[in-house]
Amino acid sequence: MFKTLAELLRHGLKNWSFVIGGTISLLFFMVAFLSYFWTPYSVEDINISERLLKPSAEYLLGTDHFGRDILSMLIMGAKNSVIVAFVAIGIGIGCGVPLGLTAAAKKGWIDEFIMRFNDLTFAFPALISAIMITAILGPGSVNSIIAIGIFNIPVFARVTRGAALSIWKREFILAARSAGKGPFKISIEHILPNISSMLIVQATIQFALGILAEAGLSYLGLGTQPPMPSWGKMLNEAQTFMHFAPQLAIYPGAAIALTVLGLNLFGDGLRDVLDPKLRRSR
Amino acid sequence: MVLLQVQDLSVTLQTAHGPQEVISHINFSMNAGEKLGIVGESGCGKSITALALMSLLPPDSKINGKVILEGLDIATLNSREICSIRGNRIGIIFQEPMTALNPVKQIGAQVSESIYLHTKLNQKQALERVIELMDKVGLPVNRFPLNLYPHQLSGGQRQRVMIAMAIACNPDILIADEPTTALDVTVQEQILNLIRDLADSTGMALVMISHDLGVIAQTAENVMVMYTGNVVEMGSTVDVFQNMQHPYTHGLFSAIPHVGSSAQPGKKRLTSIPGQVPELHLRPNGCNFANRCPRASNICREKEPMATRVSDHHQVWCYHPLNREDKK
Repeated sequence: MFKTLAELLRHGLKNWSFVIGGTISLLFFMVAFLSYFWTPYSVEDINISERLLKPSAEYLLGTDHFGRDILSMLIMGAKNSVIVAFVAIGIGIGCGVPLGLTAAAKKGWIDEFIMRFNDLTFAFPALISAIMITAILGPGSVNSIIAIGIFNIPVFARVTRGAALSIWKREFILAARSAGKGPFKISIEHILPNISSMLIVQATIQFALGILAEAGLSYLGLGTQPPMPSWGKMLNEAQTFMHFAPQLAIYPGAAIALTVLGLNLFGDGLRDVLDPKLRRSR
Repeated sequence: MVLLQVQDLSVTLQTAHGPQEVISHINFSMNAGEKLGIVGESGCGKSITALALMSLLPPDSKINGKVILEGLDIATLNSREICSIRGNRIGIIFQEPMTALNPVKQIGAQVSESIYLHTKLNQKQALERVIELMDKVGLPVNRFPLNLYPHQLSGGQRQRVMIAMAIACNPDILIADEPTTALDVTVQEQILNLIRDLADSTGMALVMISHDLGVIAQTAENVMVMYTGNVVEMGSTVDVFQNMQHPYTHGLFSAIPHVGSSAQPGKKRLTSIPGQVPELHLRPNGCNFANRCPRASNICREKEPMATRVSDHHQVWCYHPLNREDKK
């Protein structure tokens, strides 16, 4: 497909959503990465005397009701979002893709069983079910990761199965079978490489949804626990001060919106770039 | 020595009109190194026969009869056993080189797949084997590196890769399912010669499936003419071509265009077989060819014809085989 990353970029740079989305996403990841080395202030430094300050040279985005630096919290919150979304996607891909491949390869009752089980999980709104799971397992960032991850599984299983089924009908699969390959080897060596672009695109979209879900759970107090900052939790805390310090809600809200928008644009652009048919029509 | 024996092979496929028998009661046998041609028009069951030999038919199809490869009935093997035969004992080349290669894998990797699968060669030996194979099929690695992708090759080159894949493990039988149909004429010739030479040099048996009588004449020693899932005439290529008995075979031959035949005055027009192949669910009783056959009589429409021996290696399934003067 793409011989080098350079070729991907060459095609990508012609695609606006890829460029804009990619830039925002890259910025987001860089900020998250930055938090490992440096934040302007420690997010655990509570300084009541400097609470609810307006933005200034000292505190670029001001401080919250505990006097913590908002910018530092946003940076740490980005890291938190990345970790939760990444691991949740990992769970989704790790379980969903093998299930989808198995369903497509085996067909019959195995397929039926996996897909009906999928429908069952789909029947519940993901966030509501995530709330249920964290309510059972107890709040915390690990549990919220598990909850979001579980609801990524059917998404990836379904996408994988659909794409794999169409690849199974292709003639080179018949050729691979005629070479003596069993369904397992064909799935790994022939099906998976052919559907990888679709999975990558799905992963970027699920990544954005994962960030959104994490923010939602944290907002409800079921996700990340203090003192670790999280964008959702910042929103929740800002609620109380909405009338005299609206900036507290605006910053994390804008961060969530911008990141999700960026990732979605990136996912859309990536799909267009990875699919030669769509690329030509533009 | 009999290598492959097909006994009373019938295949039933699930279609929109319910289960339909697409090939019925086919018998033939092949010796090691023999070259058999299967000829017939589209939909006569040539490819289904090929797939049945490798047990590659869709899972909801039903196979009756036996396909015996050196004492082993292929139809009764479990999936693991059949996998050890596919690619190892029987190789197949498909019609469409454009779609029969995985677009996202390098050609070297695709050729080496069955080598790793069926032999115990290590990486270095397998690589040597791949290089040797690519050399054999006319894609020397100094000009066609193994890390090329299928889209970087032309149709003929891809078909050569397919051939390399099919013969990678020195199969006993190579099935070529219309290997040249998708290629242009000059490349056809090269590919046919390549397949024939490979079969000669390695001693593998060849099943050449084609609707092109010229292809069959060039490659096959024996020929089997099929029509709507039945064998209508079978024998050595020389016998069948020079002393054809079945009206259908005769029709096929009359339908070969000759250069300039219609341009010169006094020459006859290109003849065709009247009518169409009956659809699967509309196949008549008796001889399937009866409603297109100029020689059909009542018995043809009532009872399926039995095999009639013409000579030692020549059989025909017809009540009214052609006489000498009919062939003029």
